[in-house]
Amino acid sequence: MNKSIVELKNVDFSYNGQPVLEQVNLTIRKDDFMAVIGPNGGGKTTLLKLILGLMSPDGGTIDVMGGLPRKASSAIGYVPQNVHINNNFPITAMDVVLMGKLRVGNRWKKNAGKDRDEAIKILGRLDMEPHAYKKIGELSGGQRQRVFIARALMTQPQLLLLDEPTASIDTKGQAEFFRLLKQLNKKVAILVVSHDLFVVSNYVKSVACVNKGLHYHPHEEITGDMLETMYSCSVEDICRVQVLAHGLPKKTLKGSGEKTNGNF
Amino acid sequence: MEIFEFEFMRNAISAGLLASVICGIMGTLVVVNRIVFLSGGIAHAAYGGIGLAFYFKWPVMISTLGFSLVASLLMAGVTLKAKHRADTIIGVIWALGMALGIILIDLTPGYNVDLMSYLFGSILTVPKSDLLIMLVIGILITILVSIFYKDLLAVSYDEEFAQIRGVRVKQLYFILIGMLGLTIVMVIQVVGLIMVIALLTIPPFIVEKYAKSLAQMMIGSSFLGAVFTLSGLWLSYMFDLTSGASIILVAGCVFLIILSVDQIRAYSLNKRRLVIVDNNKQK
Repeated sequence: MNKSIVELKNVDFSYNGQPVLEQVNLTIRKDDFMAVIGPNGGGKTTLLKLILGLMSPDGGTIDVMGGLPRKASSAIGYVPQNVHINNNFPITAMDVVLMGKLRVGNRWKKNAGKDRDEAIKILGRLDMEPHAYKKIGELSGGQRQRVFIARALMTQPQLLLLDEPTASIDTKGQAEFFRLLKQLNKKVAILVVSHDLFVVSNYVKSVACVNKGLHYHPHEEITGDMLETMYSCSVEDICRVQVLAHGLPKKTLKGSGEKTNGNF
Repeated sequence: MEIFEFEFMRNAISAGLLASVICGIMGTLVVVNRIVFLSGGIAHAAYGGIGLAFYFKWPVMISTLGFSLVASLLMAGVTLKAKHRADTIIGVIWALGMALGIILIDLTPGYNVDLMSYLFGSILTVPKSDLLIMLVIGILITILVSIFYKDLLAVSYDEEFAQIRGVRVKQLYFILIGMLGLTIVMVIQVVGLIMVIALLTIPPFIVEKYAKSLAQMMIGSSFLGAVFTLSGLWLSYMFDLTSGASIILVAGCVFLIILSVDQIRAYSLNKRRLVIVDNNKQK
């Protein structure tokens, strides 16, 4: 029943002779909600780009929907890091969403009306309908992120990939945002790159730690136990994952440490 | 108006209007893709084409078009291959083209043409044949941009996403830079290579804030560019000033006025907000 969408087997990738990923294995299934965490430069974004087919692995195989990633890219909805995008760009939220329907080689096909209806429906699902014809720069960080999700949903993907989606959203907005993702997860698998395991852990079903290697933790491991051991123990013996040791920024460790004390 | 009685003036006005439309379209793409420096590189390297034309007695417009097309595609290739060194290499091609042009004109025997007219534009001496070439290239650019509009929009806004959607990003980049090369040679006719960047960037920059789409920005910039060139031409006619410099000066003044109005507006808005906050605190 629980069919796999993405399958990575023994994937190696190096950049300028420096190994970025080594012997990575990962399976993403139809109803997964997985967080990818790890230090900067640990290979998180590389992992996403490999799955999207923007880069090819040096070794190993990547299988998306039973084929090459490049061929299956419409099955994946990609939500890029907000910060990389020019906010002065003259474009409305609607036109960003319609970009998701960009058809290559079918340029003259007139489906504008139908696409627009679909875009409005998706924006409505994300409570963004009133902002459809506003310029993207007039929206808040959280609203802009919803527009990017709407764009990704336009292709009716089986998997949503989000690259640090909450980087420009405040804490309250973040919780709201992850609740939204959880709701979307009823229909689509989600892989979210994040810095902050503490925020993510309330929502996701599994965690993949990436630092050259990849370590996968199913749901059971990330509940109470794991969090406690992770934050209260000395950094070195944190789970089996070398990643978390170097990965979590000091601030998060401290901040969430306090919270853990309060909660448990 | 007696200004229209002279044929050279009518030609100048047509050239100015054509250049405004072409600059409005391409300048919009230059501004949103942040390739102003590359445009400057193409503009200056184009001088090499002018030098070649004089040395070998080729037609100026066509050889400059050819030369700058080659230079721009070279820059595009280098930019794609070595992104982090692109600015340096563009700078080198910029200087080399310029130097080549000057040396070739030095070597050309006889009376040396007015170098200044290529540096600062010669809109008042645009011949009919050049107008025709401008018209053809203007139409070509308009057609290409309409065909690739959605792809250009996607690549300009979010290159990675466009690539995932299957847009041939590299191919499109070469088309864009090639069109830019053609555009720049034509604008050199109007305002000269020194000031080409201004006409290419000032109208789109002003319009960007108010436009809701790339198409709106292109149309608005074309219109604004036309206003600048026509008023610049009129000023140069009335007060006997250099036409290219007058056009740029008009554009620059409007740019500065709009910038300061925006600043003042933002300042007074902030001040009002502060007053409201203060009042709330006092309550």
